[in-house]
Amino acid sequence: MSVILKTEKLRVEFRNRESRQGTKVALQGLDLEVRSGEVFGFLGPNGAGKTTTMNVLLGFIPPTGGAASLFGIDVRQPIARQRIGYLPEMTYYYKFLTAEELLRFYGKIFGLTRAEMDVRIPQLLKLVELEHAAKRPIKSYSKGMQQRAGLAQALINNPDLLILDEPTSGLDPLGRMKVREIIQRLKDEGKTVFFSSHEMGEVETVCDRVAIINLGELKAIGTVAEVTGTHSNLEKAFLEVIGYKPQPLATI
Amino acid sequence: MKNIFAVAGVVIKELYRRKDFYVLFIVTVLICLVMASVNVFNDAKVARYLKEICLLLVWMSSLVIAVTTTARQIPAEKENRTLLPLLAKPISRPELIFGKFFGCWFACGLTLLVFYVFFGMLSATKEHEWPLLDYLQAAVMHWFLLGIIVAMSLLGSLVFAAPSSNSTICFVIIGGILFVGRHLDQVAASMHEPLRTVVNTLYYIVPHMEFYDLRDLIIHNWPVLEWKYILLALLYAAAYMLVFLTGACLVFRRKAVN
Repeated sequence: MSVILKTEKLRVEFRNRESRQGTKVALQGLDLEVRSGEVFGFLGPNGAGKTTTMNVLLGFIPPTGGAASLFGIDVRQPIARQRIGYLPEMTYYYKFLTAEELLRFYGKIFGLTRAEMDVRIPQLLKLVELEHAAKRPIKSYSKGMQQRAGLAQALINNPDLLILDEPTSGLDPLGRMKVREIIQRLKDEGKTVFFSSHEMGEVETVCDRVAIINLGELKAIGTVAEVTGTHSNLEKAFLEVIGYKPQPLATI
Repeated sequence: MKNIFAVAGVVIKELYRRKDFYVLFIVTVLICLVMASVNVFNDAKVARYLKEICLLLVWMSSLVIAVTTTARQIPAEKENRTLLPLLAKPISRPELIFGKFFGCWFACGLTLLVFYVFFGMLSATKEHEWPLLDYLQAAVMHWFLLGIIVAMSLLGSLVFAAPSSNSTICFVIIGGILFVGRHLDQVAASMHEPLRTVVNTLYYIVPHMEFYDLRDLIIHNWPVLEWKYILLALLYAAAYMLVFLTGACLVFRRKAVN
């Protein structure tokens, strides 16, 4: 299987906004490889550097050091994003547009023709169960509907790699199940999915491989079984990898 | 180019789905119609005062629309985080800047068209003539002036984070250039060195927006200007637009958008 997402010694430093002195290291030499066709879970506690990694991969922030590539192309080049779909953690779309207009706008940016969009957009709206609301402005959608519209926009170009930042965050159980079903369907179609999540059960269910990072450093990487090791489940393995030690109740 | 036009299309859609333009247009129409219904100088044929007021309102409205629409583009995208899914697509940052610019500029052009058609109709009801070439020259020059303002506000929106501060600064600069810009050389002449050189340099650096004010031409029904002068003024405007847009692209090039 070919490597389609790769980071080498990726380093990101931010100017410390609080003290206005020195720098804060968000990623320190992260090496990561995601292979074609796998569902890859990217785990870590809050502030570990998951979103920063995604931001570098998507070209939102420049790395301080190291390199990152998608499909062998440097992430700083817009063409590297031609074959990816991205779903942010929260839904951030033009609220004055309808779902159909939003998909058409993003479709144009991917260079889809009008005929291609006429076929693709109804299919996607059906997939995410938004056909009935296609002509309504996004501002009138519920949170779950907005997340589903987000998923549709991530799939508009029939991407080979999907980058999902906590895709089930804030969704009800039904919404979470729907997203999991879609990830499973994409996996069956041979797509690669790279996603971050705090839901260990979900990760165990859908992922082929996982990586755990903490404080900007890679702590563990391997198949779910390899990372779980001798622990009874992934959550326990995760807590040990990040160095969590439960405090006795009396000390709290 | 397809990315630029796609972004521009969304900007235009946003403008006509917001209420700013409609409010300003209705206010302009109401004020002008009230003025038109009053025979101020006891001579029904005197229409210059009405044309002057109408054009002043059109100018003020167009400046407000141009600055406020442009100033909020990138900051609002950042604040609402719509920039993230957009930049995750194969679109470069200069394409986004140019898309925003053309969107705002074309949107301003559409609003100008509506305003000038209203002005033409109002003026025709009083004067019973329609000097189309005069109107065309005035509208084109006005539109290119708005191009400079849009490009300048776009650059400002990348330097100043808040749309309100950017709008205020842009209004102050535009007002300053419109009212004082043309007199800077005379001011410089009365100064001692090195201030004289500074003010003189400023005189040549700032875009001379007064070139684009052809209101007197249509208020007094003067003959049209030679097109070669118009063309030169349009090239001058295009050069300033390019300078401001290049500045915007350079500022935005490596800016973190997380």
